[in-house]
Amino acid sequence: MPQREGSPWRGLNVVFFRELFDHLTSVRMLVLEFLVVLFGAAVVYFAAEQIRNTTAEDPFLFLRLFAPPGQSLLSFVVVISILVPIMAIGLGFDAVNGEYNRRTMSRILSQPIYRDALLFGKFLAGLTTLTICLVTLWLLVIGFGLLRLGIPPGAEEIGRLLMFLVVTIAYAGVWLALSILLSVVFRSTATAALVALGLWLFLSLLWPALAQMLGEVISPSDMRFAQLGLPTPDTLMWQQGLSRLSPGTLYGEAVVAMLNPDAQSMTTLLAQFQGRIGSPLPFDQSIIQAWPQMVSLIAGMIVLYVVGYVAFQRQEVRA
Amino acid sequence: MTDNVIETQALTKRYGRATAVDGISFTVGRGEIFGLLGPNGAGKTTTILMMLGLTDVTSGTVRVLGHDPVREPLQVKRMVGYLPDTVGFYDYMTAEDNLRYTAALIGIPAADRSKRIASALERVGLQDVGRKHVGAFSRGMRQRLGLAEILMKDVSVAILDEPTSGLDPHATSELLEMIRSLKRDGVAVLLSSHLLERVQSVCDRVALFHSGKIALLGTVPELAREVLGGGYNVEVEADGEGLAVRFSEIAGVKAVDQSGPARYRLLADRDVRPQAAVAVVNAGGALRRLSVEEPSLDAIYNHYFQTHGGHDAAA
Repeated sequence: MPQREGSPWRGLNVVFFRELFDHLTSVRMLVLEFLVVLFGAAVVYFAAEQIRNTTAEDPFLFLRLFAPPGQSLLSFVVVISILVPIMAIGLGFDAVNGEYNRRTMSRILSQPIYRDALLFGKFLAGLTTLTICLVTLWLLVIGFGLLRLGIPPGAEEIGRLLMFLVVTIAYAGVWLALSILLSVVFRSTATAALVALGLWLFLSLLWPALAQMLGEVISPSDMRFAQLGLPTPDTLMWQQGLSRLSPGTLYGEAVVAMLNPDAQSMTTLLAQFQGRIGSPLPFDQSIIQAWPQMVSLIAGMIVLYVVGYVAFQRQEVRA
Repeated sequence: MTDNVIETQALTKRYGRATAVDGISFTVGRGEIFGLLGPNGAGKTTTILMMLGLTDVTSGTVRVLGHDPVREPLQVKRMVGYLPDTVGFYDYMTAEDNLRYTAALIGIPAADRSKRIASALERVGLQDVGRKHVGAFSRGMRQRLGLAEILMKDVSVAILDEPTSGLDPHATSELLEMIRSLKRDGVAVLLSSHLLERVQSVCDRVALFHSGKIALLGTVPELAREVLGGGYNVEVEADGEGLAVRFSEIAGVKAVDQSGPARYRLLADRDVRPQAAVAVVNAGGALRRLSVEEPSLDAIYNHYFQTHGGHDAAA
């Protein structure tokens, strides 16, 4: 059978720019932006006050602005990790089924473009919108920090903050790809939005606890370790592996590695065994530490997109 | 290259076990208006989607302007305009912006877009509302905007799926007039409808669909001759001696019914009113009424399914 003719990218830029324009001018996006700025401003302000009051000498002052020490729930990082999925779902949940409901799908697909261009254009436009929002927000926080703290960030801090931005965009991409996949699978936009939000709640609230339980079931704790007050390595491995199925866990681990150089949360056990003392990890070591999480997030985004792509290609155009 | 713009050969589409389109073959010539007619669910839209490469073909072949829509969809879609059943637009955008988006997708050079959009809107009578949001448009206006999109695209084949459904009689006749004007431009038009009567007047040839098959194919008078035997019903009211015999001697008359003391019904394969009048006058009778009923697609369709097997002729 001969190859299908023509480029699958034909019309991609047309779809991309129209969708981007739609996103940037939509009321929906305005509301989401407003939410993020409001929450972000509040927590960053409190973080800055805390830093001004307590910290005298800290090599990573700017990082504390994003992730204050002491596992505060009201940190910028926590706000972002909650709001970014909502933004991404808000941009993607009606990407494909919205076209069917408006009855524009068959009209658009009867123009000389492939379905590839339509779906990829929508995905790229969503990701670009999210990137624009996150970069703006990131710059705002840094600008606020400059004004409020009065010290410029060091080169290493800038590097860590840039990596944090990249990880956040990848995290947003995972949720965007998921919501676009759901918009292909469900013909009703309301169903797609509900399922996406349900999955988000499940993965970020229930799954971490469930992963602990399941790990215990699959590989029960050994009494000998428990008596020493240590977790059983096998159980811990299962629990960690399972909880990492949630993009929220992966994102959290990567962010901690980037923004808390002295926490070493993932390797505490290892560090204890090796008798290592908690000194800040150098930047390159932090990147190595967060690398698997970052790759997993990007891979997850690609896999979800591809599943949505295949489903969309096989879909009948008529309802 | 032949003069046919669309050719299908034993075209078949199955969804699982259900057969939506069952081995249909037909051709549409250059500049012809071809009607795919039949009840809802007879396979008309599926056939159209296969021509556009929007759904896979199970077996058989289809060629549009010599291209295979399955393997060369871009070539086909570049030269074919499609107006879907209940066409939709982006409601929050103006009519012009909607067309501008499609123009960019088609690949019309940016310099030409405004001009072509304006002239297309003018031809369908929407030039005054081009800057209004489509959300405020009536159904008839949306159909016309869909037609403007096809005009803007400058195609050689236009495929219209149920273009008149849901329109009031006035909007329908306006739309049919626009379809005729497409034909005058040399565009071949393939239109589908379940309202046989309304589109009968514009179609050069029709294919009557029934449960995925083409039951009848040809011009309306041809089908009338084939199915109804005659096609023309001439009603005569006249006095006179031996009229029934005189009528039956007229060339082309198949049967004569005497439905009343001075009323006759002639079944003929052509319009025999002049000959009937002559017959009455020659018999020395008084002619009171002479009317002809042209064959209707509804009558043909119903008659065909009453006589053929009696399987579900639901409309």
